[in-house]
Amino acid sequence: MANNDVLRRVEEIVDSYGCRREHLIAIMQDIQNEYKYLSTEALELVADKLDIGVAKVYSVATFYENFSLEAKGKYIIKVCCGTACHVRKSQPIYDGLREYLKLSGKQKTSSDGLFTLETVACLGACGLSPVLTVNDEVYPKMTPESAIELLESLRAKEGKSNGKA
Amino acid sequence: MAKRKLTRERLDTMRARAKSLLAADTREVLICAGTGCIAGGSLNIYKKIKKLCEARGLKTCVSLHNEETDGALHFKKTGCHGFCEMGPLLQIEPDGILYTHVRLEDCEEIVEKTIVGGEVIDRLLYKLGGKSYAKDSEIPFYKLQKRVVLENCGSTDAEDLDEYIGRDGYLAFEKALFEMTDEQICQEILDSGLRGRGGAGFPAGRKWDSVRRQPKGKKYVVCNGDEGDPGAFMDRSIMEGNPHAIIEGMLIAALAAGSDEGYIYVRAEYPLAVDRLRTAIAKAEAIGILGDRIMGSDFSFHLHINRGAGAFVCGEGSALTASIEGKRGMPRVKPPRTVEHGLWAQPTVLNNVETYANVPLIIRNGAKWFRSFGTEKSSGTKAFALTGNVVNTGLIEVPMGATLREIIFDIGGGIKDGKKFKAVQIGGPAGGCLTEEHLDLPLDFDSLKSVGAIIGSGGLVVMDEDTCMVETARFFMSFTQNESCGKCVPCREGTKRMLEILTRIVNNEGTMEDLDMLESLSQTISEAALCGLGQAACNPVKSTLKYFRDEYLAHVRDKHCPHCNGRKKGLVIDPDKCKGCGKCRKNCPMEAISGETRKPHTIDIDKCIKCGACLSNCPFGAISEEA
Repeated sequence: MANNDVLRRVEEIVDSYGCRREHLIAIMQDIQNEYKYLSTEALELVADKLDIGVAKVYSVATFYENFSLEAKGKYIIKVCCGTACHVRKSQPIYDGLREYLKLSGKQKTSSDGLFTLETVACLGACGLSPVLTVNDEVYPKMTPESAIELLESLRAKEGKSNGKA
Repeated sequence: MAKRKLTRERLDTMRARAKSLLAADTREVLICAGTGCIAGGSLNIYKKIKKLCEARGLKTCVSLHNEETDGALHFKKTGCHGFCEMGPLLQIEPDGILYTHVRLEDCEEIVEKTIVGGEVIDRLLYKLGGKSYAKDSEIPFYKLQKRVVLENCGSTDAEDLDEYIGRDGYLAFEKALFEMTDEQICQEILDSGLRGRGGAGFPAGRKWDSVRRQPKGKKYVVCNGDEGDPGAFMDRSIMEGNPHAIIEGMLIAALAAGSDEGYIYVRAEYPLAVDRLRTAIAKAEAIGILGDRIMGSDFSFHLHINRGAGAFVCGEGSALTASIEGKRGMPRVKPPRTVEHGLWAQPTVLNNVETYANVPLIIRNGAKWFRSFGTEKSSGTKAFALTGNVVNTGLIEVPMGATLREIIFDIGGGIKDGKKFKAVQIGGPAGGCLTEEHLDLPLDFDSLKSVGAIIGSGGLVVMDEDTCMVETARFFMSFTQNESCGKCVPCREGTKRMLEILTRIVNNEGTMEDLDMLESLSQTISEAALCGLGQAACNPVKSTLKYFRDEYLAHVRDKHCPHCNGRKKGLVIDPDKCKGCGKCRKNCPMEAISGETRKPHTIDIDKCIKCGACLSNCPFGAISEEA
């Protein structure tokens, strides 16, 4: 259902450019501005509306560095690794969350698609360090344990089971 | 909506009104709102000082438009002052007092003592050799420059169209529209000797004339604002600080070439430039400078903005037009040239930001005036972005033909921390390095070409004695390799192989055969690559091999580089100085530096090999050896 809203919005964006293919880049920039990445469905719809091949749209989307084809989680967690947070041990928080979310290698988003874990260099909240943000809301004075608790409470709110643990 | 149609008379009336307002407008507080100073918090300083002044009952104003400026304190957010090293910058007129490194805590004192009391606060002044400089015009950094294109950057409100008009803005366009033929405009630009500021230095007048001579029909005027060179921000500063000059230059080019539509292509990383240009275009449209049948003439012109999406190669002409058309930004085989077969296969005038910004000045003051600056074959001035291990980093403008010595030692204040000068990389990843022996070489298109370098868009990265030139060459190669579009084999495969070899050499694992291979690959790629990006990709390798062969030998033969391997101490980033530009992160061969754009970065000590690549490339001097 929510997906339909997204597609409706994508349609609006394409329409606002008069469905003209020379605006492909601008259209994708606008979509990414709103949804942080370009989904397969969105790209397919764009191709359809502009009456060009999906491969063509995909080729342009992958050519430019600013476009991301990777989905991000519903909750984007940024652990601050600025100097102040670093000396107050922010790294163990990041490591702890990676382990909790079972992220390996370059993977940043949990397999249930709920969380994306990133780092950020200084949020300017050094007095409250170490901090992390969830969708830009700042959570101060975290520990690895409190960070995991926070994620668990978010997960519980989503009503999903933590079955994979 | 009934809008009064703009006529020449009406524009002249507006100009006269703006001029008289400007004349009465003597008390000004100028806050630098370039990207660098904004990152330093200049917008909050602007708000706070304005609020403090208003709280004291001082009369203030923020634009010339519909406001009583007489006797009021005029608050302006200006474009880049250029002295980025000293930001955030604040200037108080009419005395021309320039305060540096202004912080929010200083605001009360500035209002109390300087604005109200007329007293100078010594602590905030620029200091050199124990001397304090109250006025910007006295500071060597400014005094030795010749600011022509950048004149309005830093002294005017970039978003105030009335102020631009009041400073003779759009006068050149008026002259071109009503008093000159298309041929005369081309001739004037040709006579001025204006050459493209984007790198190759092709005479702008010749380009315009070629488009003019094309059969009648749809023609385009395109402005290349895709300034992708690491260490270059001249075009950004002009777009942010003087957007109307670009619009006016493009209008004149359109008149000359017979075009009615234009595009400005700005790189995605310059959101402020996009904002300022959008505002400028909207304001120009609102009064009728842009639109249909401008000022009652037959000439119509519409201007669009395209944002890039992060591809360095789009700075190349045919890649840029492909990108505007919504395609992958890949260059094509030439000829046909852009002047015949450009945007949407129509004849197109494509020039760089700085080139267009010069045009109104030439039309207004004449070709002869323009020729009074610079050298015979390279007339006018050139803006440079001075970065690296130099005392005064920032944006400068000097006449063509100025020497590196003047730029680095007189304006730039010499090398940081009393170290010795080693080399300067000019022209970005497509340029070459110049050494001590070139310090007195005049910087113009032809002299640089003769020593294997180019002006490029104008980035000057100064390197001191501690810099490893092999590592520098590797950094530039990794940049071009990453940005290679992949269309032609020499560039796609060649740069990859060269990067592998360079990485091997930097890691002290190279062989003497590798050096020969580098030379032969350089030759092949330069000759066989499809576009300028590929052809120039090897310039840094070529010039470092030529001038610093001993450093390659140290890596290959001795397996020990005194610069890369000799450093004993670790490196740290000063979070107060770091603006989060990300240059160090991209330079680091070990991926030891992390951080988000515009936030201070940090170095992971465990991964750091103390090579100093970050140190030599930091534009803000934020990286230093551990105490």
